Amino acid sequence: MLAYIVRRLMATVPVMVMVALVVFAILRLTPGDPAAILAGDDATGEQLERIRKSMGLDQPILTQFGVWVGHLLQGDLGVSLLSSKPVVELIGSRVGPTLALATSTIVLTVLLAVPLGVIAARNRGKWLDRLVMAISVFGFSVPTFVIGYLLILLLSLKLGWFPVQGYKPMADGFVPFAQRLVLPTLALSGVYIALVARITRSSIVEVMGEDFIRTARAKGAKERAILLRHALRNAAVPIVTIIGIGVASLITGVVVTESVFNLPGLGRLVVEAVLARDYPVIQGLILLFSFTYILINLVVDVLYTVFDPRIRY
Amino acid sequence: MKKKSLMPQAARFFRSAVLVSALFGAAQVSAQTVTAVMQSGLRVMDPVISTAFMTRDHGYMIYDTLLGVDENFKIRPQMADWKVSDDGKTYTFTLRDGLKWHDGAPVTAEDCIASLQRWAKMDSTGQVLMTMVDSMQPLDSKSFEIKLKEPTPLLLEGLSKLSSRPAFMMPKRVAQTPITTPISEYIGSGPFKFVASEFKPGLKVVYEKNKDYVPRDEPASWTAGGKVVNVDRVEWVSMPDQMTAVNALTNGEVDFIQQVPFDLLPLLQNNSDVKVDVLDNLGAWTYARFNHLHPPFDNKLVRQAAMAAISQEDVLKALVGNPEYYRTCAAVMGCGNPYGNNYGEEWVIPARLDKAKELLKEAKYDGTPVVILQPTDIAMLSAQPIVVGDALRKAGFKVDMKTMDWQSVVTQQSNQKPPSEGGWNIFSTYSILATSGDPFGNTTMASAGRKSWAGWPDVPAIEELRLKFAQTSDPDERKEIAAQLQKLAIEEGIVMPLGQFRIPAAYSSKLSNVPKAPVTVFWDVKKSTK
Repeated sequence: MLAYIVRRLMATVPVMVMVALVVFAILRLTPGDPAAILAGDDATGEQLERIRKSMGLDQPILTQFGVWVGHLLQGDLGVSLLSSKPVVELIGSRVGPTLALATSTIVLTVLLAVPLGVIAARNRGKWLDRLVMAISVFGFSVPTFVIGYLLILLLSLKLGWFPVQGYKPMADGFVPFAQRLVLPTLALSGVYIALVARITRSSIVEVMGEDFIRTARAKGAKERAILLRHALRNAAVPIVTIIGIGVASLITGVVVTESVFNLPGLGRLVVEAVLARDYPVIQGLILLFSFTYILINLVVDVLYTVFDPRIRY
Repeated sequence: MKKKSLMPQAARFFRSAVLVSALFGAAQVSAQTVTAVMQSGLRVMDPVISTAFMTRDHGYMIYDTLLGVDENFKIRPQMADWKVSDDGKTYTFTLRDGLKWHDGAPVTAEDCIASLQRWAKMDSTGQVLMTMVDSMQPLDSKSFEIKLKEPTPLLLEGLSKLSSRPAFMMPKRVAQTPITTPISEYIGSGPFKFVASEFKPGLKVVYEKNKDYVPRDEPASWTAGGKVVNVDRVEWVSMPDQMTAVNALTNGEVDFIQQVPFDLLPLLQNNSDVKVDVLDNLGAWTYARFNHLHPPFDNKLVRQAAMAAISQEDVLKALVGNPEYYRTCAAVMGCGNPYGNNYGEEWVIPARLDKAKELLKEAKYDGTPVVILQPTDIAMLSAQPIVVGDALRKAGFKVDMKTMDWQSVVTQQSNQKPPSEGGWNIFSTYSILATSGDPFGNTTMASAGRKSWAGWPDVPAIEELRLKFAQTSDPDERKEIAAQLQKLAIEEGIVMPLGQFRIPAAYSSKLSNVPKAPVTVFWDVKKSTK
């Protein structure tokens, strides 16, 4: 197993190199000019040219790529073209809200969606199943921002229980931290709960038709034990997969939720950097996101072996 | 056993959480903090390199200017007073007492000269001004002299310039930063200090009251007078979603929104805890710019045809909607500004499709497509191209609308190549009127061909008049020159005015004394604790 993990980690290197190449090329081929953003919209061509030169944007693309890779190999993601702050520092300042929101959303999702899926599967075809599935359809049909605004209207503006927006780090106290996470977590988890509940239900329904379940019943095992010990564990592979994808997509940006609740997370940083053509920041973020996906896929693959001992690498 | 409902417990928990948080918050953020949602996040910190309004507003927080302008457009002493020699060629500036940089060092004449030199390398007025300056010399630590080759009011006008780019004063070591490199030390002598440790680019900027600042004795008026700070801190936050900003103001989480979108105004107008107010009563003007280098707008008749085809009212209805906040106006230098002139209003304000068609026929327009750049990501800029495009189609133009984000428009607008090679024919934008009121501050007036701003009109007569304007200080003569400039601007089609509008701000009723000025400033603002 350890050898497998090391092998997989080693395999990330060529993937990251490819990602770096593609991102760099795409960014340079996209219209837009960070110098124009720095100088403002009434700058003359001559002024723009001077600023481009000072940013090194007048150099051939290959030279620019060489400089960037050179810094990258020394662990330096570069400096933001606009704010002159190190990219690592910018990303670091935005990781907290994103991780907090991702963690709270996934925890809530797992706590609610898996039992809901199990209940639906256990009561397949009955009204409870239909109810859970109806809620699921509602959950991923209603856009997150609509749920967000409704929650703000009800729980913030009408009842005054939560702030409308903003983020406080844990260092400012747990209560302010948690208070500002409740609404975005509720808004965002709707879609994930719906998705995971559906996958859980269908996976369990499929497993419940397998021979080994019939065998367990024949042995006189209780239905509850069959469901939780045998069916759920065997249905775990697709559930873990979908949760893994959920974690990755939560970390790599939930722009709408971050905007509606004014959370200063990575999703907003991506949009801001793209709109401002802040190349070093975009490059740094995409590298980070690629690495996150690779890492989460690896964790999911390892978890497969825990839930299904037949899987060996 | 009777089951207990969790709901009342949950409600109690939430209520106590709110209470604890409120107490906690009260302890951390004093009542003397003003939290403002600005139009965007601050990223570029150099007010000499960038003309972004956010960078300029940041400049007014931490820097000061030698001279200011009051609400009557009168130039007033701010950091310095001045004397002028009888021949009008030598200006002596004397710094007032008590001026200190935020690191405690005194402001010196050498600092000011270095700041002016850097500013003039980048600013359009400064560049013209420097061609008229013979020398700038310090006389002692608190005074310096500027000798001109010929008398010009442009010196005082430049030093008191309101907006992008104001001539902010910086310590000499900062002002010596090359103009192609953004400054990295943010020290001024202004009424607020920048709190570097709390700065999050694009998200949050924090300013503290500069306790060493000695304001002038006169009452504040625009950028002139005493900049008295009545709060301890000002925090600028950016919120990408305007609805969230409005909700946050309604909920008392922020105190001030710099620009409220017109469609969200009804949510705030009936709220007694919030005041909706236009702080810049001059407002802004929106306009379309023609590319003079390439067909079809290299032909004056075609430009005139386009101007005849467009209705300002249609543009303003689409852009603003509420007539309380807009007005039609033909003046290139702005209705309400001293040099505003309405020549050509019959051309510019209504749509005259018959005239437009007639002109197109006379110009022998061959159906060359008109490439219009349309930004989709900024509400204040996305409506104009659609209305302009529609009007041109009705007049008989063939229109090719190119949609993109604003930054792509900014990049593309400096492209002098033909539209078939990535160039363009029309784009539109807006500027604040307070900075568009003279032929130097108004970027659209420069008409020196490819050296000028995007559109590149080549009208030597306009350049001659601009020079004459710079050389005279007689108000009547200047008005006459401005009238001639207006006539040429309209007849030559150097810019197509699309109307004027005012953008409302909104703030908590806890705030008072919010300054009315063309730039957003926070001196004078008071915040009650109730």
